[in-house]
Amino acid sequence: MPVVTLTVNDELVSGQSGQSLLSLLKELGIEMPTLCHLEGLSDRGGCRLCMVELQGSKRLFAACVTPVQEGMVVYTHTERLNNYRRMILELLFAERNHVCAVCVQNGHCELQTQAAKNGMDSVRYDYLVPDLPMDASHERYVLDHNRCILCTRCVRVCDEIEGAHVWDLMGRGVNSRVIAGLNQPWGDSDSCTKCGKCVQVCPTGALTLRGSTVAEMEKQHDFLKWILTGREKKQWDYS
Amino acid sequence: MTRTITIDPVTRIEGHAKITLMLDDSGQVEDARFHVTEFRGFEKFCEGRNFWEMPGITARICGICPISHLLASAKTGDAILGVRIPPTAAKLRRMLNWAQIVQSHALSFFHLSSPDLLLGMDSDPALRNVVGLIQKHPDIARKGIRLRKFGQDTIRILGGRSVHPAWTVPGGVREPLSAENRDLIKEMLPEAFDTIDLALTLLKDASAGYEDEAAHYGNFPSLYMGLVTPEGGLEHYDGLLRVVDSGGKILESGLDPARYREIIGEAVEPWTYLKFPYYKPYAYSGPSYYKMGMYRVGPLARLNVCEFAGTPKADEELRAFRQLAPQGRAVNTAFHYHYARLIEILFALEKIAETVEDPHILDERVRSRADVNQLVGVGVSEAPRGTLFHEYHVNEEGVLQKVNLIIATGQNNLAMNRTVQQIARHHINGNGGKLTEGVLNRMEHGIRLYDPCLSCSTHAAGKMPMHVEVVAADGEVVDEIIRD
Repeated sequence: MPVVTLTVNDELVSGQSGQSLLSLLKELGIEMPTLCHLEGLSDRGGCRLCMVELQGSKRLFAACVTPVQEGMVVYTHTERLNNYRRMILELLFAERNHVCAVCVQNGHCELQTQAAKNGMDSVRYDYLVPDLPMDASHERYVLDHNRCILCTRCVRVCDEIEGAHVWDLMGRGVNSRVIAGLNQPWGDSDSCTKCGKCVQVCPTGALTLRGSTVAEMEKQHDFLKWILTGREKKQWDYS
Repeated sequence: MTRTITIDPVTRIEGHAKITLMLDDSGQVEDARFHVTEFRGFEKFCEGRNFWEMPGITARICGICPISHLLASAKTGDAILGVRIPPTAAKLRRMLNWAQIVQSHALSFFHLSSPDLLLGMDSDPALRNVVGLIQKHPDIARKGIRLRKFGQDTIRILGGRSVHPAWTVPGGVREPLSAENRDLIKEMLPEAFDTIDLALTLLKDASAGYEDEAAHYGNFPSLYMGLVTPEGGLEHYDGLLRVVDSGGKILESGLDPARYREIIGEAVEPWTYLKFPYYKPYAYSGPSYYKMGMYRVGPLARLNVCEFAGTPKADEELRAFRQLAPQGRAVNTAFHYHYARLIEILFALEKIAETVEDPHILDERVRSRADVNQLVGVGVSEAPRGTLFHEYHVNEEGVLQKVNLIIATGQNNLAMNRTVQQIARHHINGNGGKLTEGVLNRMEHGIRLYDPCLSCSTHAAGKMPMHVEVVAADGEVVDEIIRD
């Protein structure tokens, strides 16, 4: 694969053509905030936290869906970017009911971690406090729309890894919701295999194990790497 | 003539309240109302959440007694799961509750009430607080703070943190106790015992100067309610509901707490957010139908309803406590809440000392698991301020449809109103409706006896400035004192 040369934060670096800018930045050891991105799933550039500045363009680019190019000049942590990142996080907190203190994922939540890392100490916007339901119809898991940030990791893992495609999105803008099947209670979904991959990849307390109590939920992403490596090596090819 | 006097610093009660004294034509105190002016709505906004989260959510009602809500909520969860929790989990929960009783009672006695008792009701209000206490009696203040620390540390050792630990859950507790942590609790016990002995001596010495207060502060007949063991002993975590009257007669000897609605009703008044729970069999029809059903809860009530404490030192003090009332009758003076509180600290320490020696306390099986088996659950425990009820109605999935919480302070509401009225009459009548700072403090002390937690009882938040109004028969505000 041809090598491309680019400048990141005033340093000359090289990457492989076709590689995403985010993966290169990670290789370089630059810590980039992400929420919708998860190693092993396709990228969608939805959360916009990994945005970077590219010289010559006024636009900001989500690093996860921007391929590296020869001669690119990239800035990853300018004041403008940091401000936008805080603003994005504040908007996420204001949009639904993220009450960390009583959330089952308190202390293990990626949204909470990003807020702390990016210096979000208050929310400048009015909270929308929407009246959202909790779907506890599944025998093993619970979906709480109050904590969902619409990152669609659940949608992608179910579709791309499990191949069941139980989850999808409904509605637009602030009215968007993750739905199971044809917008039915999760427990009524015929296609759900109860594997729990969606629960393990969910960055917040939106998808949790049934019976979890406050701050008890911790999630493991390791299985993704394990499955993908196994498939690549054809470990389970019994044909 | 209206007069406003603003007094700083902030007073020593938790929440936001106002007192109105109603005068009749001759300038005598006709009625007194203790208003609680805040509202939070926990019962409503918990609807739609699932019951597993409830210990964590309801604990946030209060930063002083989160353990009470944790326990009542976890017990309600046990009832919904329909499980019997492992015996070690029950012992650990009990220990957590006793630790909380120690810390909360120590706060009430040393930080909030002892400035009145040791510095004097009429002393300089700027110094009549824990800071003044530190200046004048540094050793006592330090020991009081250390006793509270014992309770807080024990809670932290058991639950992982001292405020709002999420350790108690439906089905038991999350983590067993380690031998190392048990030993840490053991090491702290001797100092705590020394301090409670000192506190008992202090109170007995100080009480000698407060005969007038002891006679007039909340000295009226009322019913008393609390949990007792099946044998009739002092109980804080489980057990049966008992109601006695001021004559010591047992009205309910051992009601299953899940049936509390059969004996307790809740009345509302337009002038306060704090409800008025009452004993149903004593209420009759009419506008103030519920007032005859006035009952008190908390340390005084618990000692009045139980037959014995069950630990040697506490039983010895309990015998002395019984001497405060004629043979066989209940101790009716709210002033003795102080004494009752200290006896309970002693009892809690003795029980903790007993529990850490239990051979099964380190057992690792501490959580039972199940799903929804009952659609209604009731959980009752004794909070430091009195009996606490949680009742949840869930659907088949465990999502809450209805929540009812009856908090200790609410149950003392009628008695607190009556106490304020009594103190006001005693000090204001014949005084032309004029308030002095000392009288204001005495009324506050009357409220403070019940150690009310207003944030809990209305499930409301905020600080508690004091606002007293004296209203004449024609509606004119004769006098007013505000502290904020």
